[in-house]
Amino acid sequence: MTLVNVKPSEEFEFLNGQGHVLLIACGALAREIVDLIEVNRWKAFDVACLPAKWHNTPQYIVPGIREKIRANKGRYKSIFVLYGDCGTGGLLDKLLEEEGVERIPGPHCYAFFSGNDAFKAKEDDDITSFFLTDYLARHFDKLIWSGMGLDRHPELLPMYFGNYKKVVYIAQTRDEDLARRAMAAAKRIGLDYEYRFVGYGELADEMKTRA
Amino acid sequence: MSDEGELDLRSLNDEELTQQIHDDLYDGLKEEVEEGVHILLERGWTPYKVLTEALVEGMRIVGIDFRDGILFVPEVLLAANSMKAGMFILRPLLAETGAPRLGKMVIGTVKGDIHDIGKNLVAMMMEGAGFEVINIGINNPVEKYLEAIAEHQPDILGMSALLTTTMPYMKVVIDTLKEKGMRDDYIVLVGGAPLNEEFAKAVGADAYCRDAAVAVETAKDFMKRKHNQMAASA
Repeated sequence: MTLVNVKPSEEFEFLNGQGHVLLIACGALAREIVDLIEVNRWKAFDVACLPAKWHNTPQYIVPGIREKIRANKGRYKSIFVLYGDCGTGGLLDKLLEEEGVERIPGPHCYAFFSGNDAFKAKEDDDITSFFLTDYLARHFDKLIWSGMGLDRHPELLPMYFGNYKKVVYIAQTRDEDLARRAMAAAKRIGLDYEYRFVGYGELADEMKTRA
Repeated sequence: MSDEGELDLRSLNDEELTQQIHDDLYDGLKEEVEEGVHILLERGWTPYKVLTEALVEGMRIVGIDFRDGILFVPEVLLAANSMKAGMFILRPLLAETGAPRLGKMVIGTVKGDIHDIGKNLVAMMMEGAGFEVINIGINNPVEKYLEAIAEHQPDILGMSALLTTTMPYMKVVIDTLKEKGMRDDYIVLVGGAPLNEEFAKAVGADAYCRDAAVAVETAKDFMKRKHNQMAASA
């Protein structure tokens, strides 16, 4: 159970450039990170995000993070990376070991939002699940539909999704509009739909530890 | 690479038509590729010549531009679909006319993983290069690999994974082959987006193949070495 505050706050606005801990994060987590900072009034953090579209091209992630770390080392008391392995095949961990920087545990954001142990426990049942987070539900059209060329070539749909059975929307927030969008995305790619509210999971816990 | 307007493929000579098939493959124009294949066959080309000079060479160009970041996954998939359509025409003819066989490969995605785009591309390119390919699909436990190996006696075992969480299963398969004293009987090639050479070495594979074109070249190279070794020990 998380002890991190997740209720909206209008009294604290996050301002980059004032923290002593740099969070290097995937752009797909930016909104969630800023929400958590604001509702918990954490003043320790600055945030540097890398392009969320690298979700589809993980080969850019390690060089991008290396550059960010090297540009900021010495300017901060510490650096923490908010990326899963994210398809880097262990190369991200190798880089972070070399640089002496830690990251949030887990293979990807689906796992640390759900809780790594809980995600692993359902792995066999979820083998044919295609996961959407709040970010992916919000940007499905751009990142998935257009990003994978389905807007131009819908005939590719079976090649991409033929082995999947359902879309599982692991929601960070209780947002009816996003749930509707996730359901529409599932329908569009011809899969069943399941909603799971998981909240911010271990993202919140890990940030709290470093706040 | 598309030209404007209708082009009568029959008006082209063989060289121009082959070039046009390369372009049509590049543009993912399935029907045009099918038509081009039919025309070359009507002109007396052997199915093997059509396969290698028109389709495989066309996909080789697609592979290079994908590697160089000029083409992206959707374009490669469209090209692959077009090549698949061409191969569908050629496959029965190749069987009839007897094309050279370079070797046999069993290929599948490992347990826990349902991703097969890259694996299917490799299977297609290997077939195009003259390998007999037994594609055992997705989510394969070690037993399924062993079953396929026993049944088909391949030269090469290919394993694919897209997930960081599933790629370690390749080691389970390779270790099982070792335990059974079978590891050295097969060339083991591995591939998939999160893999790298270091990982391939660590799990005991013979090679990591970063894309379908590399897989074909690596497989050919290993088969050549295998034949040389056999000749030397004969």
